[in-house]
Amino acid sequence: MKNRWIALYVENQVGVLAKVSGLFSGKSYNLQSLTVGTTEDETVSRMTICVTSDDVTFEQIKKQLNRMVEVIKVIDLTSVPIHMKEILFAKVLHISAAEKQEVYQIAQVFHVEVADIGNDSVLLECKLTERRNNELITLLKSKFRTIEVVRGGAVAIESISTSCR
Amino acid sequence: MDITGRKLFVKALQEEGVDTIFGYPGGTVTDLFDELYKQDCIEVVLPRHEQGLIHEAEGYAKSTGKVGVCLVTSGPGATNIMTGLADAHYDSIPLVCFTGQVPLSLIGNDAFQEVDIVGMTRSITKYGVTVRRREDLGRIIKMAFHIAATGKPGPVLIDIPKDIQTATGPAEYPSNVQIRGYKPNESVHVGQLKKAYKLLRSAKKPLILAGGGINISKANDQLLQFAEKMQIPVVTTIMGKGAIPTTHPLYVGNSGMHGKYAANIAVSKCDVLFSIGTRFNDRITGDLNEFAPKAKIVHIDVDTASISRNVAVDVPVVSDARLALEKLLEWAETLDTEKWQEQIAEWNKTNPLEMRRDHGMTPQMILEHINKTFADAIYVTDVGQHQMWATQYLELDAWHQMITSGGLGTMGFGLPAAIGAKIGNPDREVVCITGDGGLQMNIQEMATAVVQGAPVIICLFNNYYLGMVRQMQQLFYGKRYAATCLRRRKTCPANCKGPNEACPPYTPDFIALAESYGAHGIRVEREEDIQAALDQARTYKDAPTIIEFMIATEEIVLPMVKGGNPMSEMILK
Ligand SMILES: Cc1ncc(C[n+]2csc(CCOP(=O)(O)OP(=O)(O)O)c2C)c(N)n1
Ligand SMILES: [Mg+2]
Repeated sequence: MKNRWIALYVENQVGVLAKVSGLFSGKSYNLQSLTVGTTEDETVSRMTICVTSDDVTFEQIKKQLNRMVEVIKVIDLTSVPIHMKEILFAKVLHISAAEKQEVYQIAQVFHVEVADIGNDSVLLECKLTERRNNELITLLKSKFRTIEVVRGGAVAIESISTSCR
Repeated sequence: MDITGRKLFVKALQEEGVDTIFGYPGGTVTDLFDELYKQDCIEVVLPRHEQGLIHEAEGYAKSTGKVGVCLVTSGPGATNIMTGLADAHYDSIPLVCFTGQVPLSLIGNDAFQEVDIVGMTRSITKYGVTVRRREDLGRIIKMAFHIAATGKPGPVLIDIPKDIQTATGPAEYPSNVQIRGYKPNESVHVGQLKKAYKLLRSAKKPLILAGGGINISKANDQLLQFAEKMQIPVVTTIMGKGAIPTTHPLYVGNSGMHGKYAANIAVSKCDVLFSIGTRFNDRITGDLNEFAPKAKIVHIDVDTASISRNVAVDVPVVSDARLALEKLLEWAETLDTEKWQEQIAEWNKTNPLEMRRDHGMTPQMILEHINKTFADAIYVTDVGQHQMWATQYLELDAWHQMITSGGLGTMGFGLPAAIGAKIGNPDREVVCITGDGGLQMNIQEMATAVVQGAPVIICLFNNYYLGMVRQMQQLFYGKRYAATCLRRRKTCPANCKGPNEACPPYTPDFIALAESYGAHGIRVEREEDIQAALDQARTYKDAPTIIEFMIATEEIVLPMVKGGNPMSEMILK
């Protein structure tokens, strides 16, 4: 079992998201995250999907996606060079002045922005890899009592191939 | 000049060459029916229930090779076809189903008879869509027929809001469509096929496993030639039965849960299993770890997703069955399989498919008479023990076809599917083999058969029980017949262990019931009367006949492999 990534081009139509996500629930595939947005061609949406599965199931997932009429193309990102980022907001609440300093430090180390600030709270805006975001949350959780997190799910795109650079 | 949606709907059907549609009216499709009323190229069959309707369309499609077309109203009309959609999806039957929908402006309001049928059927259709703009209607219908019939066939649902039906828009019906996400496989990967062939050629104990894909792609002739040329024995799945004539010396029998002993043993002993058009359903494989343990497996299928899903395959080939076999025929050489064939014949001799003949009229006797009687019939079964017996004992060849609900196992399928087959093949005899439970699940279709003048011959195997389930209770649940006796009344003892003199009468009286529909009824209680009943039923050309065969009540289907056990572990007695 490991995490694998798929980029999926689909028709930008009503019901397609439900159909794709329904496949994962209906067939008990382990969906980690799914993001969707339109592409340069507004009739086409692109999804970035992360699943946890073994090899056989992953092959099956790709085939099942491929045979949906609304799916235009399935790209397996698992073993190609990609750029991947996830947006995450983390609010750290009910903290003292000293603790605030600590949050700033963490922000610096993780290269995340301080987006807002209150009397006893700080809002961090992160654009990291999913793994890095996970680490950040773990750290914040271990240090502060109350945090509030919202994550966007990762988006990914293939790197520009070296021959084109 | 622009035309209304309802006019385009009828025009589209005509251009698709549709001659029959199965339709049940209601508020949101009245416009479409009104338009159909004004023409006479397309016959509208009115069933008595939408579930019957869609099974009729399935029987029609399976027996004619055409797309079955359904038209039902929104809400309950739409939900009533769901079982049939799932059935058609599992058994790869091409259907285009139109559902009415409330007007666009009301969608989402919980309007009267509004259901999100596209959402509800997403996982049981090949494709489904609500028409949201009048100008899309023609393209969507074109797409639907294309998707339903090509690749691995299946049901497509088109939901048409009432206002789209009356709105005006382009009059053109496109002659073709490009669907960028839908590219059914139309060629064979020759390299891969060659690999498969080489493996087969190297085998000492080769076995062909033929699935429903052979019958769907009409590859029967090619398979027969291939098996004959290479001298390879053939086993089938239930859906593949008839892939080669069942009387052919190379045909071993069905494999699977109620397969023939020799067929299941052959699968577990072969060294190359050359499978075509099957998805290795659990009823075929049993315990996966023990399935064909000695064999290298080749798997040819149009559907990539069917390959390497249930069993690990050594050589996968994505291809239509007929295309692949045509190519294989170019290479075929004769193998020396004499010993292997003798071995299989030996297994067959030690454990033939046979029922005892010493306790009354058995299903085998009835089916043998049926085999003798009909020269070119379409057999349609319901689901249960009678179905398993039919798949075991019916002889099939190029002149006989069998239609059965394999993947979903839908009780209530038989009668309506037989009516649909008869409507599509008025000149052929259609024989429905059904159980007393399943027949009652769509019994109202007797009326459809009568008004359509569809004289199907209904062979009802009445055992007073939901026999297939009772068989499991009999064998594995200490004869605790929970909710499987169809005679049971409140007055019966709680722990009844089987039929006795005190049993209440059966209801309904199927003979009286047939007659009340204006159909014919014949009850047969003895072996001597089987033939006469069949002969008499064949003379009735006006209306269907129910022949009620009173078979032994506690008969069981053998051999049997308990679900999840290895296929070589068969219960034989
Ligand atoms: C719609 C539906 N409900 C329940 C079942 C489960 N089931 C399978 S076979 C069977 C019994 C069928 O009884 P009958 O039609 O009398 O046929 P028999 O097995 O007695 O030949 C049942 C209940 C099913 N397959 N389909
Ligand atoms: Mg019964």
